Amino acid sequence: MDNLGELLHGFSIAITLPHLALMVIGVLLGILVGVLPGLGAPNGVSLLLPLTFGMQPVSAIILLSSMYWGALFGGSVTSILFNIPGEPSSVATTFDGYPMARDGRPTTALATAFGSAAFGALIGVILITFLASWVAQVALAFGPAEYFAVYFLAFASFVGMGGAAPIKTVVALAIGFAIAAIGIDTVSGSVRLTMGVDELVKGVNFVVAVMGLFGIGELLVAVEEEFHARAVSSKIEWREVFRAIGRLPRHSVALLRSAAIGCWMGITPGGPTAASFMSYGIARRFSRRGRYFGTGEVEGIISPETADHAAGTSALLPMLSLGIPGSATAAVMMGGLMIWGLNPGPMLFVDQKDFVWGLIASMYVGNIVAVVLVLLTVPVFAALMRIPFVIIAPLIVIICVVGAYSVSNSYLDVVMMLGFGIVGYLFKKLFYPLAPLVLAIVIGDKAEDAFRQSMLMSKGSLGIFFANKLVTCLIVAGIALLLLPLVLQLARLWRKPASAATETTAQEAAREKVTI
Amino acid sequence: MGRTSTLLLSAAAIVLAGTMPALSAWQPQKPIEFVATAGPGGGTDNLARAVQNIITKHKLVEQPIVVVNKGGGSGAEGYVYGKASAGDPYKVIFGTSNAWQQPLVSKVAFNYTDLTAIAAMAQDEFLLWVKQDAPYKTAGDYLKAAASGEFKMGGAQSKDTDEVLTRMIEKAGHVKLTYIPFKSGAETAVQLAGGHLDSHVNNPSESLGQWRGGTQRPLCVFSPKRLPQGAKVTATEGWGDVPTCVEQGLDIKQYEQPRTVWLPGKVTPDQAAFYVDLMKKVQATPEWKDYIEKSSQIDTFLTGDEFDKFIKEDLERVKLVAGEQGWLVK
Repeated sequence: MDNLGELLHGFSIAITLPHLALMVIGVLLGILVGVLPGLGAPNGVSLLLPLTFGMQPVSAIILLSSMYWGALFGGSVTSILFNIPGEPSSVATTFDGYPMARDGRPTTALATAFGSAAFGALIGVILITFLASWVAQVALAFGPAEYFAVYFLAFASFVGMGGAAPIKTVVALAIGFAIAAIGIDTVSGSVRLTMGVDELVKGVNFVVAVMGLFGIGELLVAVEEEFHARAVSSKIEWREVFRAIGRLPRHSVALLRSAAIGCWMGITPGGPTAASFMSYGIARRFSRRGRYFGTGEVEGIISPETADHAAGTSALLPMLSLGIPGSATAAVMMGGLMIWGLNPGPMLFVDQKDFVWGLIASMYVGNIVAVVLVLLTVPVFAALMRIPFVIIAPLIVIICVVGAYSVSNSYLDVVMMLGFGIVGYLFKKLFYPLAPLVLAIVIGDKAEDAFRQSMLMSKGSLGIFFANKLVTCLIVAGIALLLLPLVLQLARLWRKPASAATETTAQEAAREKVTI
Repeated sequence: MGRTSTLLLSAAAIVLAGTMPALSAWQPQKPIEFVATAGPGGGTDNLARAVQNIITKHKLVEQPIVVVNKGGGSGAEGYVYGKASAGDPYKVIFGTSNAWQQPLVSKVAFNYTDLTAIAAMAQDEFLLWVKQDAPYKTAGDYLKAAASGEFKMGGAQSKDTDEVLTRMIEKAGHVKLTYIPFKSGAETAVQLAGGHLDSHVNNPSESLGQWRGGTQRPLCVFSPKRLPQGAKVTATEGWGDVPTCVEQGLDIKQYEQPRTVWLPGKVTPDQAAFYVDLMKKVQATPEWKDYIEKSSQIDTFLTGDEFDKFIKEDLERVKLVAGEQGWLVK
């Protein structure tokens, strides 16, 4: 195995004292930007970029990628503790992470999240090590039709699961698509739905939307419903950290499935956000305890976190080998690569072996450093939950306002964030699901672009979605996932025509209570 | 004779007028914001960060400089921000020819006249690219093949530089191409490598890695003369070996994208002069030469009337194409 020898050489570059020090610094800075909402990994990395211009490229990329790992971990902290996703890709973690933390088990939630995240990242790096050249070919096979098929699959895996009344899911999706359409349309170049507000030409930033929908929305509900009973007494328990990690292997099916979804989406490149949503949706469908999802299920944390990190890690591969960034952060790093005088692309693996394998080796080491550091901080973060609600609530408002403003230094974003807070509150009170809304905001415009590009290519024929094996498989899988609940429902009706009606309504009522 | 001396005199006057206020008049008193009208990692962002880096390294300005990205709406976000900051000399906007082209074809809430033009600092060239294993060797072959079949041309954004050039190729080469817009040139390059497109018109830096990696190759460059030789890109060829499109029978003499620098509107002439002077200093450094070479751009410096003339000429050309295509907004 050639790659193994190269990897060992890479380790000799990565495991030196200055590089280990850079990793620790990078990870700590990363955790910091990850924990602060609005200051995600892409912002953090671009702030740090100018400092790296004087460095050796390999040292620079080690610092930046360590920061990326740190930010990926840090992003989960606020999602779990305060229901504020620090990163778009950690939204799905809030669905079960937050209920579990509120249930008095923040340590378990955080440790589970970090443990499964580390597993996902590890699988991602192993994939990069051994399949670099093969993976590059897979990514090339993706044209607009294939992209659309992947996004369609992500929607189908999430929408078809039917947590809420189907019509409410459709309404939430439609609103999400409308929000995603705001701004300049890639395919026609015209300005859409800005409603006379000039600044809206930039579109609605995802972070602004989720901080309002989740952070502020949840706060409003909490203020109304359970103002007194909010402070959670969580003991600082080191042993629980290890116990939670020890329990992970019991969920090996969920771990492996999520890692596979994550790697696939990172390479193709659907990105970590779509990966985490898709993984959560599929887990909810296939897990034995799927119906309890949304109330603090362990697998509801494992699935999105593993997929998120597997995708985040493997997203670096198309960047290095093809020059396609699989995520926003990878795009910033690619800018960095060019400034350091390296050209991402197939030749990087031939011309710059030290750089490429030094980076890959540093992914192994950097992730271990990150997981150790982050596990050490678990009790500290968990202790935050003991602060009384009257103190935490204003802090959450401040975090959301500052976060929304810092996305692009715009006052309009703050107003929009508060507006989304009210929407989030209304959704909760009326039992509308938030997840389809958020999913449509994140990948709605990408799916639309891909669909219309395909239509341009095929001159309006839907045949393009069945033109080759790859795209046909994806589309068929999507349709199957979409129709599965309907088929199951019909089958049940067939079997027990009499009692079916009462049973489904009772089930639906029960489900509505646990809707995210 | 008399005319030359008047010219010389006025030139001297301009030089004096340029240097004197720079010595005495306006100096920045607080941190400066560089607004890149593109997302992190793109060509415009790289320019803003390269200039920031050079200024900081050579201490050309006492005040700190921060780069912010406002790339929403194909860059419109950054220009609208510049328009809203009228009179504020602490915001420097980095863009492209988008500043005057976008308002022609899209109902965006700005025009380049809302901003104060500082300079065009570099020119990015356009080339016609095809997949490595495509059967045609010259632009002539390409046009012949395109005339019979239905070719797909990819590009960044809609009704922007790439599509304008595509329509010009259609007209000059008497062919019909299906234009497919993507979000960026990098995305387009990958689509060509995967064989989902027949061609695109990327800038050199957008497809450099792909050419070196042997997934696509340039047929010709839309420039009046061949590019400077520079280092070899592949084992045998460099940028200077790419023939011009005119040589190969595709009659488009020149098409390029300037990297432009702006201040918000309503700033004083002193303030504008300060930044013109600053950008000149930046351009004189070895780091700038390095940046230009690595990003395979052409060094240029247009300011004042020259820059204005360039914008007007470019506008005429784009208006012609946009008018024929029915893109102009009322």
